Parts: sequence; C-alpha cells; structure tokens
Amino acid sequence: MAEIVHPSPALAHQFDNLEQQKEASTLGMWVFLTTEVLFFGGLFVTYCIYRLWYPAAFAAGSREMLIWAGATNTAVLITSSLTMALAVHAAQTGNRRLLMSFLIVTMLLGCVFLGIKAFEYHTEFAEHHVPGAAFEFQPQALRQNAQLFFSLYFVMTGLHALHMIIGLGLMSFMLWWAWNGTITKEYYNPIEVSGLYWHFVDIVWIFLFPLLYLIGRHV
Amino acid sequence: MSEHIVPTRTYYTIFAILMLCTGLTVAIAFVNLGAMNIVAALAIAAFKATIVVLFFMHVKYSTRLTWAVVVGSLFWLGILLALTLGDYLTRGWIT
Repeated sequence: MAEIVHPSPALAHQFDNLEQQKEASTLGMWVFLTTEVLFFGGLFVTYCIYRLWYPAAFAAGSREMLIWAGATNTAVLITSSLTMALAVHAAQTGNRRLLMSFLIVTMLLGCVFLGIKAFEYHTEFAEHHVPGAAFEFQPQALRQNAQLFFSLYFVMTGLHALHMIIGLGLMSFMLWWAWNGTITKEYYNPIEVSGLYWHFVDIVWIFLFPLLYLIGRHV
Repeated sequence: MSEHIVPTRTYYTIFAILMLCTGLTVAIAFVNLGAMNIVAALAIAAFKATIVVLFFMHVKYSTRLTWAVVVGSLFWLGILLALTLGDYLTRGWIT
C-alpha cells in the first residue's frame, strides 16, 4: 500500500505537488519577462540607431543628465533588489515578521527611487529639456537631435518608472498576503514571482543608467 | 531543486559586487577611452545583469526549462538587435 499523502492546502488541484506548482509559476513569470525584454528591447534598438546616427547630440544630451542622481538611483535600486532577495529568503524560512519588514524596506527604496526621478524630471522641466515647442538646448546646432535624445530619455525612464509603480502595487499585495497568512513556508510562490519582476525592473535600470547618463561623459 | 534556499551570505556578496561595479562604471565614464568607453560601460552592465539573473533571480538553481526561456529571451533580443541594426547600418552602402 502506498502511504496516504495529505495534500497541502496551498496546492492547487491541477498540480501533482508543490514543487511542480512552483516551477509552473516561475516558468510563467519568465515567459512574461521574455515579452518585457522585447518590449524594452524595441526602445533600446531605437536608442542604438539614433545614437549611431547622431553621436555628438547624444553625448551632449547625456552630459546634461544629473550623474549623481542616476548613480544614487542605481545604488538605491540595487539595495532594493538585495532586500527583495532577502524577503524571498525570509518567506522560504517561514519568518513572517522579517518577510514583512523586507517588503516594506523594498517598497520604501522604490519610493526613494521615484522621488529622485521626480526631482530629475522637475530639473529637466525647469531647464526646458522636455521635448516640444519650449525645448531649448545649447549649442543650438545640436538642438534638433538633442531633442531626440531627450524624447528617448523620457519615454525609457518613464516606462521604467511605470514598471516601478506597478512593482510597488505588487509589493503592496504581497505585504497584504504576508500579513494575512496566505504566504507560508511551503507556499511562497507569489513572493518569488514578484521578486523576479522587481529584479527585472532593476536590470532595465542597470542598462538605462550607462546608456543615458554615462556615454559622452568623458568628452 | 526548487526548494533550494540560497544562503543570505551569497546575496550580500552579490550586492557588494554590484555596488563595486556601479562605482567602477561611474569612474570609468570620466576617463577618456575613446570608443572603448561605451564597450566598458555595456560590459559592466551586462556583467551586473548576469549576476542579478543568476543569483537574485535564482536562475543558477532553476530547471533547464527556465534556463531555456531565459536564454530564449536573449536570443530573440539578439534577433531584434542584429536584424534591425543590420538594416539601418547598411542603408548607406547602396549608392
């Protein structure tokens, strides 16, 4: 006689076991992230083409970026990725209080990132670097093509910021589920999967930072 | 396999490397290396992204199916980059 196994209450009936369930959710998230890679990929390709066509304007544009703000935000996001990874660890080891603390710290760091980003947007707005009729750029000869750089800058960082806001929404749900006991030591898939999303958004920034802030800095 | 719990020490080590790389990439940006500046910046970014994927995102400890999807995403991104740039960069060749 085979031993009677009582299925975990966290196990959805279409899965054989918890491990298969977790693999399915991780795989699903990675398939979604693949679509996200190509979504941002289109913007990166556009950036590459225009940068190759107008290197002087793109270098001049990147020199207008607040490098300290970009570097600080990179550090903030990397730290939030660490706290996210530690949140997953806390979930795996069944430490609910620690899990909630790390989720809150991750969200706070996400808010700090958006705050610095908002400050940057404000500065660029005040300096007439927002593309449109009021756009100004020195030297005047690069104005037209520098506008392309700033258009790409606002679209890329704007979409990234939107992903951060969605991430904060996800983390709010995770915090709620951690608090009400949905997340357990054996069922932490939502934390793991939200973590994958959070790290992905971090990776997008890891590429945006050098491309937008660092190129042309040495000239 | 999926029950693999990564020790927190690994996370702290990866975090330290990521922070060092960020400092390094900012420092290199101020040194004039000519065309190598962009190569260095992107190489550091690619390295950072790789260790985030492998350790923070647990791909190192994941199933082969997950690996296939991750590599697949890079492959499709490669097609997007190679074919689009292949078009745009060679247009001037036609007289």
